[in-house]
Amino acid sequence: MAKLSYAVKLWWEDVREGQETPPFVRVTDLMNWNRYAAVNDEFIYFHMDDEAAKAAKQPGVFGMGNLRWTYVHHMLRDWIGDSGDIVEVELRYTGLNLKNDTLTAKGKVTGKRVENGEHLVDLEVWVENQRGENTAPGKATVRLPARGKG
Amino acid sequence: MPEQPTTYITPELRAELGVERERRVSPPIALSDIRKWAIATYWPERPPRIYWDDGYARGTKWGGIIAPYDFNPFAWPVDDEGWARLMEVLKSQVKGDSADVPGSRGMNGGSRVRYHNPMRAGDVITSVSKLVDLKEALGKKTGLLLFTFTENRWTNQKGELVKVTVGTGIRY
Repeated sequence: MAKLSYAVKLWWEDVREGQETPPFVRVTDLMNWNRYAAVNDEFIYFHMDDEAAKAAKQPGVFGMGNLRWTYVHHMLRDWIGDSGDIVEVELRYTGLNLKNDTLTAKGKVTGKRVENGEHLVDLEVWVENQRGENTAPGKATVRLPARGKG
Repeated sequence: MPEQPTTYITPELRAELGVERERRVSPPIALSDIRKWAIATYWPERPPRIYWDDGYARGTKWGGIIAPYDFNPFAWPVDDEGWARLMEVLKSQVKGDSADVPGSRGMNGGSRVRYHNPMRAGDVITSVSKLVDLKEALGKKTGLLLFTFTENRWTNQKGELVKVTVGTGIRY
């Protein structure tokens, strides 16, 4: 068996269809959004100011779609560890992230496959709020080490 | 009540399809850019060591610190001429500049990304983008919606592909 020079958090063989990933949870408000705006250069009035959000026909100030994108990636990375790799992510923003929402990024394994020697896992991913509403449905594929293959 | 347009997809906008809209080159990525991104996006919890602890990262399969895959090396541009050109085209569909005017509002509709190589400190990323598709739909509250699909290809200074993104923009 090939020996890897690094620690493995999750092996491909240990993943089963239907398995759920550990959730990535954040209560979001201006503290999260302003930090994200600071690194992503995303200071947009409707992410900062209620009146501007209402002028844009929204119920109130809301968070960046890109931050939910980030939370899905963090959920995947926390699950697969540094020994795995994120291959593909797709996400649609179908609902708003309003102030004080608790966002939970989740994933559920929909399939496993070996393609061109790569050991891949496909997942349904999404971000739901505290009301159980799916605000960002999507899918993802990760690559994991396989025992004896690396 | 502002008049609803019958379409946003004018010949001028359609002419943008498939045209390289912009080519951007990022400043070199700094370790502190990666660390700050990770801290800001994992807040209030501590980010994983792979993003800030070089001693730890050297022992991983990556051999050193990598940037989170959602990292944006193009944040804080000094100028942004390519996007300014597209915004001018979109604004030309809009009569007036009030937030009530159809077509003057925009939202992020989502993305699909295929990752190839991670970004690291010292990398200089080149992004080439083009508009690849346009669609319209009627929203219940918002009226006519314009969906713009933009492909971005990122490569590093060695010519290696970093990622390919297709982003959906929504205007209404």
